[in-house]
Amino acid sequence: MIKFTNVFKTYAKGGLALKDVSFHIAKGEFAFLTGHSGAGKSTVLKLIYADEHPSSGEVRVSGYDVTGMRAHEVPHLRRRLGIVFQDFRLLEDRTAEENVAFALEVTGARRSAIPARVMRVLTQVGLAAKAGAYPRELSGGEQQRVAIARALVNEPQVLLADEPTGNLDERATRGVFQLLRDINASGTAVVMATHDLELVRSAPYRVIELQDGAVVYDSAVDESAAGETPA
Amino acid sequence: MTLTVREALLAFRRAPLLSALSVTTIAFSLFVLGLFGLVAVNLRQALRSVAERVEIVAYVLPGTPIETVTLAEQDIEAFPEVLSADYVSEDSALGRARRELVEFRDLLREMERNPLPASIEVKLKPGYQDATHVNAVADRLRGFAFVDDVRYGRDWVEKLDRLRGLAAAVGVVVGAAFAIVAVIIIGTTIRMAVLQRSREIAIMRLVGATDGFIRRPFLLQGALKGLLGGLAAVALSYAAYVLINRFLIASSFFTSLQALGVVLFGTVIGLMGSLLSVGRHLRRV
Repeated sequence: MIKFTNVFKTYAKGGLALKDVSFHIAKGEFAFLTGHSGAGKSTVLKLIYADEHPSSGEVRVSGYDVTGMRAHEVPHLRRRLGIVFQDFRLLEDRTAEENVAFALEVTGARRSAIPARVMRVLTQVGLAAKAGAYPRELSGGEQQRVAIARALVNEPQVLLADEPTGNLDERATRGVFQLLRDINASGTAVVMATHDLELVRSAPYRVIELQDGAVVYDSAVDESAAGETPA
Repeated sequence: MTLTVREALLAFRRAPLLSALSVTTIAFSLFVLGLFGLVAVNLRQALRSVAERVEIVAYVLPGTPIETVTLAEQDIEAFPEVLSADYVSEDSALGRARRELVEFRDLLREMERNPLPASIEVKLKPGYQDATHVNAVADRLRGFAFVDDVRYGRDWVEKLDRLRGLAAAVGVVVGAAFAIVAVIIIGTTIRMAVLQRSREIAIMRLVGATDGFIRRPFLLQGALKGLLGGLAAVALSYAAYVLINRFLIASSFFTSLQALGVVLFGTVIGLMGSLLSVGRHLRRV
């Protein structure tokens, strides 16, 4: 599903962002990307959704080779992914429903099918009752649920979440995390970048830890090598 | 397609102030260009009416039989440059002089013998009223045996030529400068609209919209702004024309084809401005 093989990434000004990163995330898996700020979590996610290209090595996502990907192929890759950010990235002048529908409209979905699909995902994230509300009328947790609904509406194979609970209080964090677990339970792979270790420890998922751009720990590799059962 | 139209129109509703600003800017840029165009149109017309007065007069030797002159008249009318050739007899020349030269009326009446020669007055077709063609026709007229002298105000024709050349050069340079300024201003306004919606563009890209899809509403919006700006510019120019006509000098307005040209130019500029601004933005992010 997602495969990094000896990936290096250097920025012209910022130096080396990733050093020899290799991992494989299988279909339907839930994986945490952890590490301090600047460790390279966001760079890994950007490489997955082809916002960046590796300086060397190979990145394969959902059958696409991101390494030498041409600009016109990028939208097609992104339609197979759902992406969620810490700052929600909702359009302020559109309602929750319109924000979600937007993702379908811009990818050329059949118009008659849009309302039903939008309501289905809004129900899934528990916001059907607030479909007509504007982002400013919603709490942080609710806004992130709208963002997740928008990410889900195209039925992605992978959901990428970059610090999705970074701006939320504890209760909202738990709610959003539970939602991501439910989404994963229904078969969608989830890659979640976070530095919330408490959250990481609370669930039995794979952990890939980055430090200064290198993978220093991967529970799937290290724990099986040590002969331990994954936590 | 319907989504493109809807998004383009929604942009006017979502950012009415910025949209109004864009349309107004385009309108005034084109208005300035339009005013210049009006000056150019009127100047050209004035020059054309002056050029229409370019006339070559071939004086006929006394005693030339009328049949010879009539035959020659037909030959002259067959010259490719010539619009008309009219024979003016001694008598009608005298009649005209009495009518037009009021100061000399008494003198002319008391004369026993008509001192005025007969002549052939030659008018040239539009496009041939410049010094080169006038000289060529005058030379050919001199070739007729019965022609005594040929007059056409050489200096005056050459001056008119120079004036026409100057007007054309100034027209091209100033017109191009105004057009460039209009394109820059319009491009900047549209760039503001693009920047205002950069967040939206980023989100569209994240959810997998193609660049072509992102571009389309902006292009339509730019073209619409240009169209509205162009219409407003024509309206403003018309108002200016009415005022000038009433308080300054009699002038003429654009033909409907020229007015359509202004509107079309606005539309094309709006489209080009959007294309450049959105293209640049999409390449950068």
